[in-house]
Amino acid sequence: MNRKQKEAVIRAVFFSFALVSILILGLIVVSLFREGLPLFRQVSVKDFLFGMEWYPTYDPPSFGIWPLIVGSVIVTVLATLIAIPIGILTAVYIAEVAPPLLKDVFKSVIELLAGLPSVVLGFFGMVVVAPWLQDTFDLPTGLNIVNASLILALMAVPTIASISEDAIYAVPREYKEASYALGATTHETILRVVIPSALSGISTAVILGMSRAIGETMVVLMVAGGAAAIPESLFDSVRPMPASIAAEMGEAPFRSLHYQALFATGMVLFFITLAFNLVADYISNKFKEVGSGTL
Amino acid sequence: MVNQEDRIIIRTENVNFYYGEFQALTDVSMAFETNRVTALIGPSGCGKSTLLRLLNRMNDLIDGCRVEGRILFEGRNIYEPDVDPVEVRRRIGMVFQKPNPFPKSIFNNITYGPRLAGVSGKADLEALVERSLRQAVLWDEVKDILGQSAMMLSGGQQQRLCIARALAMKPDILLMDEPTSALDPISTAKIEELIEELKKTYTIIIVTHNMQQAARVSDFTGFFYLGKMIEFNVTEKIFTKPDMKQTEDYITGRFG
Repeated sequence: MNRKQKEAVIRAVFFSFALVSILILGLIVVSLFREGLPLFRQVSVKDFLFGMEWYPTYDPPSFGIWPLIVGSVIVTVLATLIAIPIGILTAVYIAEVAPPLLKDVFKSVIELLAGLPSVVLGFFGMVVVAPWLQDTFDLPTGLNIVNASLILALMAVPTIASISEDAIYAVPREYKEASYALGATTHETILRVVIPSALSGISTAVILGMSRAIGETMVVLMVAGGAAAIPESLFDSVRPMPASIAAEMGEAPFRSLHYQALFATGMVLFFITLAFNLVADYISNKFKEVGSGTL
Repeated sequence: MVNQEDRIIIRTENVNFYYGEFQALTDVSMAFETNRVTALIGPSGCGKSTLLRLLNRMNDLIDGCRVEGRILFEGRNIYEPDVDPVEVRRRIGMVFQKPNPFPKSIFNNITYGPRLAGVSGKADLEALVERSLRQAVLWDEVKDILGQSAMMLSGGQQQRLCIARALAMKPDILLMDEPTSALDPISTAKIEELIEELKKTYTIIIVTHNMQQAARVSDFTGFFYLGKMIEFNVTEKIFTKPDMKQTEDYITGRFG
């Protein structure tokens, strides 16, 4: 075998390995659609997405996932609102303010937090946060939107903090020097130069944090309470989509309507996370051109 | 010393500077005259940029560095504990080696410093932008695109924008750290003309690797080698009849 042929073989090997992950992802999507789409022969898309009642085991059953979508969206949005300031300020502190020793400590703690199994966080929500919420606000149950949002925020913080930190770290030193040389203080430099320059990376971080939160299953299964109804207050229980799938899949007979409805719920989740990722990608590309002041 | 005492705006007295254990400057004493251009020359790593950054306390931003000696700006040691480095930097501006406009509009680049210093009011800011850009001979090229990103400008224009941005603070001294080393010859010539013009109003201290540039633009030249100031004199003297052999060797290209 000459050198050219070897090159070709090596290229083919790498290509096929790279292909494996794409292929598997493709197969997952195909099976998701194959199991989910048949539902729409019996239930209209409109009734499915915007139906107010999720009674999959009643006779006749109703498969309206609007309460589940609302549940998912509300815990995700609330979790993001909590996680954004914590995540970004942590990132700023680590990248710009902290002395070297503390910087390392904080970074490792954040990584540790990212590595915590979600079931452990869910457990924490159940045995610590839930009783506390119940006692403090005198609620019938501590397993509710607030609890789920807090725990999801805890999960989104490491994602937001570490990606934002990379973005802040990548802000050219020249910008900061220019700012200091014009008589700006550290906090003025951070607020007016560093954060605006890192904004695309920070936005990407936030969206990836959100997509992590909306797809998270174990936490919402354990602490969101599981009520498939439109919530009236932040202390009501909800049943986000992933929790519904995880809880019911075991009981749904194979290829029954209920089974198909759960797959169709998975499709909705898939499109939401896909949209988040596309937006994140778009933002990070859009701002790339404005890059640094090179020649 | 070569300078006239009453014209001194800033002087260093027995300055030693350390990055951690490494001594970057040894016993540097020199005085800079107002409304003159002083060039600092010497081979890479000789400490000339370090000295420049000491003059407006930019070295404060580096961890683990230490200054000994005094730097007197208008008679006051800027390294006294009660001196606010922010105040120092407002009065002693700096232009860097690589053009570094902010990724903001041209207008907002110029107004960044003045706004922080408390200048407000649309008319005042607009007047300031025009004045600064005119001083930096950039006004005619950008007057119609003030709202556009500074990133769209060419390298030479970006560097003049950075000069305009520094001038907008109305500083007393302008420090320039190899301001043309990243520019093409035409842009370099424009900046050199600009320096000639600016010294009527400002005191300029410029670090350069380009000896012709030092000879062209400066009134005084200091030659640095291995962290020490070897020779400091009128530029013409340095370039025609230097007192020290090391200076002569460097200038004639025998090393460096």
